[in-house]
Amino acid sequence: MATSNQEGWWSRTKGLMIGCLIVWAIFGFVIHFFVDALNEIVILGFPLGFYIAAQGSLIVFVALTFFFAYRQDAIDREFGVAEDD
Amino acid sequence: MATQQSGTSDFINNLGKIYGMYTGGFAAFVILLAILEQVGVPNKILGFLFVGFTIVVYAMIGILSRTMQVSEYYVAGRQVPAVYNGMATAADWMSGASFLAMAGTLYVLGYDGLAFVLGWTGGYVLVAVLIAPYLRKFGAYTVPDFLAARFGGNLARFLGIVVLLAASFTYVVAQIRGTGLIAERFLGIPYDVGVFVGILGILLCSMLGGMRAVTWTQVAQYIVLIIAYLLPVVIMSAQRTGIPIPQLMYGEALQNIAALEQGMIDNGLAAADTIQRHLAPFSSTDPLNFFALVFCLMIGTASLPHVLMRYFTTPSVREARKSVGWSLLFIFVLYFTAPAYAAFAKWEVYENVIGASFADLPNWVYIWGASGKVTLCGAAAASLEAVQQACAGKDVVGLADFSIAKDIIVMATPEIAGLPFVVTGLVGAGGLAAALSTADGLLLAMANALSHDIYYRMIDRNAPTARRLVAARIILLGVAILGAYTATAAPPDILALVAWAFSLAAAGNFPALCLGIWWKRCTTAGAIAGMIAGFGTTLAYLVYTAPPPLGFGQDLIFDIQNISAGIFGIPIGFIVMIAVSYLTPEPSEEMQQLVDEVRRPSGSVVADRGRAASA
Repeated sequence: MATSNQEGWWSRTKGLMIGCLIVWAIFGFVIHFFVDALNEIVILGFPLGFYIAAQGSLIVFVALTFFFAYRQDAIDREFGVAEDD
Repeated sequence: MATQQSGTSDFINNLGKIYGMYTGGFAAFVILLAILEQVGVPNKILGFLFVGFTIVVYAMIGILSRTMQVSEYYVAGRQVPAVYNGMATAADWMSGASFLAMAGTLYVLGYDGLAFVLGWTGGYVLVAVLIAPYLRKFGAYTVPDFLAARFGGNLARFLGIVVLLAASFTYVVAQIRGTGLIAERFLGIPYDVGVFVGILGILLCSMLGGMRAVTWTQVAQYIVLIIAYLLPVVIMSAQRTGIPIPQLMYGEALQNIAALEQGMIDNGLAAADTIQRHLAPFSSTDPLNFFALVFCLMIGTASLPHVLMRYFTTPSVREARKSVGWSLLFIFVLYFTAPAYAAFAKWEVYENVIGASFADLPNWVYIWGASGKVTLCGAAAASLEAVQQACAGKDVVGLADFSIAKDIIVMATPEIAGLPFVVTGLVGAGGLAAALSTADGLLLAMANALSHDIYYRMIDRNAPTARRLVAARIILLGVAILGAYTATAAPPDILALVAWAFSLAAAGNFPALCLGIWWKRCTTAGAIAGMIAGFGTTLAYLVYTAPPPLGFGQDLIFDIQNISAGIFGIPIGFIVMIAVSYLTPEPSEEMQQLVDEVRRPSGSVVADRGRAASA
């Protein structure tokens, strides 16, 4: 395998890592800075700020983890570094 | 050996059928007990049947999974499919405290308690993206094993073991304590005997089959604990709102709580300036501490050895990544239900207890008051007379008069909802499963580090397989006995001990694991200095600020609570690691190649080649 190929793969992998961590930081921290403002919106009895901390962020984390596994596998396959099936 | 291999693959291919039958069998068992209750079998016997039956099943799985192969013992032969490893990790992860006290913490703290929910789920994103797949590719048996390979040998290995023991031992003591408390409460047996029974259950599951036995037991325990957690609150939601989906319907409970809070203030039952509103953010803590706690719990999750080692058992790197997703999904099911528990319980208390006259108190108050878990006016609410005596001169219950222990919110819910005892027994079995499964994983993490890393890698590199596995089991027994002894010597609040573990693991392990994989320039000297600095800073802060006898009880620095001590240690660990790495020569070409191999999914497991070469 060519070295440039390897570098291309690693830079895509790093890109995915950084993208995932940005989403993680937004839903782990940043969005909760605005809890008071979000609590003004009430859906089905849930103030939105409370809801995001109790459920919304968690749903994003679950989806993000599965998305990461799917995307990383696609990158691995594209650059021929995936394991055999 | 050949028959054992084919037996194993038969087992792996039929996992769905086996655990489906197990779940059906468990449901039938619960229904049988419900019938026994209706024909008048006493509660105490039902409690014994619940605890006895489940422990026997776990022990049977443990015994059937016995093994004399090293890779089966340490990493379950690396053939646990992603979904089942996800269930096992969820059981491994969710402790007795998560099961019993999480909802209670949310009841007491309201919004501020959500820091735990966020921290203990968000950390899995870091596990998946930054660490677990790479450790799986490396093929370590333990976390210190990886640190030793990446950072030049036994000093890094030793530091890894120190961090592992510091993070795991306090945690396991909390679990053993939890099994004792559950046995005490449900079976009415003395706490010390309960601890003994618990440790016996743990050892039967783990001693003969190591990781293989613990994996299949934990899957069984997850099924019990999640059914037990969901059933009472689903029924409560159906009773209160007409729809059995508590996670969606507790919005109604939140609105009622807010209205009842206002009502209490208007009626003089609570003071406007002291009431902690359930929905109000940062009423019991400030934003700085809230986010510091979220941060430490997340980083800690991604650093705890007993969690990371679960991903060593998957058949491939690809499965390891998926498995983190499954783990988080299974964990999410419990954590997004916990706030619903808290809300329904609070609704009940604010509606039927606060403002009620003493003669009208619901019966569950006395059931839990007898053991002092519910108090009115500062005295155990054991009976109407006791309550009237303690609250002499008052007509109705005020908010400040009432107090409920946070670890009984989940356990009391069946009685609050007026359900038969069999549901309470089910919750007890679930709590026990949660505590046992976490204790299994933690004990195995510690014993494996001591037997693989210290005994085999540092003391006797030529030990034959049989002797290694005997040593592993003797060490497991020793650690278990030490844990049980410590648990009976009455440690402080469960949740505080567990939270120490997170900050210590985060500061000690995370920078080294993260930079070891993602930064080739990280040197041995850098890693060692960073681990010592990060772990040392955190430990120093914990001891400096913890109340005696654990520490010196000194003033907090920047108002950071003791529980978030990692907020100092984690950045210091990173800074020292990076600085010292730049001051020392670049790692060797071979080391950089090793890092490349750890990163790349294809190719054989890195550690196995090292093992073959050194053998």
